[in-house]
Amino acid sequence: MSGFLSIRNLTVHLRGGGPILRAVTMDVAPGQVHGLVGESGAGKSMIGKAVLGTLPRALEITGGEIWLDGVDLLALAPAARRKQIGATAALIPQDPLTALNPGKRIGPQITRRLVDILGWRKSDAEARARDLLDEVHIPDPVRVMRSYPHELSGGMRQRILIASAFAAEPRLIIADEPTTALDVTVQKQILRLISDMQTRHGTALLFVTHDLGVVSKVCDTLSVLYAGKVVENARMRRFFMRPIHPYSAALLAATPIYTDPDRGLTPVPQTVIDAVEREVEHHDVRAGA
Amino acid sequence: MALLRNILIRLITTLVTLFGVAVIVFVVIRVVPGNPIAMMLPPGATDADIARLQAQYGFDKSIFEQFVIWLGGVVQGDFGQSISLRQPVAQLVLGRLPATLELSLMALLMAVLIGGTMALLGTLFRNTRTEGAVDVTAGMALSIPDFLWGLVLILLFGVLWPVFHISGRISPSLNIDFTTNFYLFEALVRLRFDVVADLIGHMFMPALALAIPLAAIIAQLLKQSLKETMHLDYVTLARTKGYGENHVILREALPNAVLPTLTLVGVQFTFLIGGTVIIERLFSYEGLGNMAIDAVINRDLPLIQGIVILFALLFTLVNLVVDMLYVVLNPRLRHA
Repeated sequence: MSGFLSIRNLTVHLRGGGPILRAVTMDVAPGQVHGLVGESGAGKSMIGKAVLGTLPRALEITGGEIWLDGVDLLALAPAARRKQIGATAALIPQDPLTALNPGKRIGPQITRRLVDILGWRKSDAEARARDLLDEVHIPDPVRVMRSYPHELSGGMRQRILIASAFAAEPRLIIADEPTTALDVTVQKQILRLISDMQTRHGTALLFVTHDLGVVSKVCDTLSVLYAGKVVENARMRRFFMRPIHPYSAALLAATPIYTDPDRGLTPVPQTVIDAVEREVEHHDVRAGA
Repeated sequence: MALLRNILIRLITTLVTLFGVAVIVFVVIRVVPGNPIAMMLPPGATDADIARLQAQYGFDKSIFEQFVIWLGGVVQGDFGQSISLRQPVAQLVLGRLPATLELSLMALLMAVLIGGTMALLGTLFRNTRTEGAVDVTAGMALSIPDFLWGLVLILLFGVLWPVFHISGRISPSLNIDFTTNFYLFEALVRLRFDVVADLIGHMFMPALALAIPLAAIIAQLLKQSLKETMHLDYVTLARTKGYGENHVILREALPNAVLPTLTLVGVQFTFLIGGTVIIERLFSYEGLGNMAIDAVINRDLPLIQGIVILFALLFTLVNLVVDMLYVVLNPRLRHA
């Protein structure tokens, strides 16, 4: 396997319904940042959820393999899979306002799993949490650890979730649109923070986003997704110079350039959408045969 | 400071509520037909006899005057004299209160245990037949009122398979002298487990009859809010950390999902206390409710007043406890 996370022909269906992911294949190399882009509903988040074992119950994995650190997750029993995921991967969720338990103090939300599941000593876990909160530039970590989520701002909470994601030194972090729910002024800081933390800790990062501009800033490689199908896997530099797939090219052309507001918005042309829709249809016909 | 003000406001509202209840009860039981004096006298009593007794109990005065006299006594802790039992109302009512409290609390405990278990099972096995079974059971339990459950239970565990006592509060043959009327509590404290078993044997069916509808409400509501909570991001996040389903439900979802249920249980618990009136009658359980029915039959106006005021006070206290629990369980309200 070529990646730390290696997804091979992953297919997900709505139970008793149509496909959500169509034979998705992609790799995230150790210590690298891989962008996962596509429009809303393309299934970007579902890939992350499939890896972390948190797909909604209405969906089921119907084929393929998910290799995480040399282990095929789908071949494991549920309990062993949870353990493997918990020990090697972590999630930075999309909405910091709902991702912290409103009834618990911040400290235990970071430290409990270190103690419960990974067998750390409580004092070690607390020291670790303090260090990490410090690292994500949270003033007065000791006080924050005693706070409840509702006492903190959205930006603070997202920093806490980032710190928490790095707590167990995972080797893969999945960031699911981690800045979408935040104020524009905070987005940039959070993005830089995630990028810095990733570099410092050498963690592989799967970055789910609909924003190609963000991808260009932080990613090494990327996959473009349309209707649950990967239309292009590429290295960053090559992708921005010569996108191979017409849909990728159109998506790139449609990305607004903030330094040139006069250019306006270019929609993805209908001909390109028709072409990629046909491609998806062909795939379904072949998969059905 | 804010806390003190809240308590003060609460106290005043409670007093106003109780006053309102007192006025309504006082007027209503005097306006509806039925004369307490007529119940006391043998047939053929003369008008003079009736007038004499009416004067003795003050029923010859206007309702307003009667109310002022009664309220004057209440303020000093004197709720008047029971007409049928010829004892002070306060003493009678407080003597019976522990029996009803123990029964209600036992019913509440049963409802929480049964309803909670059903909700957890329904959540753990959601979208399966087990959840369907929970829904059907809860729906059935809800659509049958408590006194009918009482009859069903008597038939099942009193007649067909007689394992529980069908009437009374305690077996007269038991050799124990209670210093309080909290029999169950006292027996527990004194480690008289034979007495505890006997008391529970008497209490089981009436408590269960009261508990079943409330258990169904708890099962439905708690399951619904658990299901909603299970979709929230912090629950998903807990999953990715390696926690299993049981931990996720019990530790992450349950403490937050319990809040809306708690509010409703508070309201429903007051209905449950109201339900003791019929259930105690059905099982000849010597509590406040049973006494209330006798009081109504005998047109024992002072006793009815005393019981209703006590029930009203009980309801307000239950609401107070629920509000306090809510603040304890919800950190977002703790600093407010």
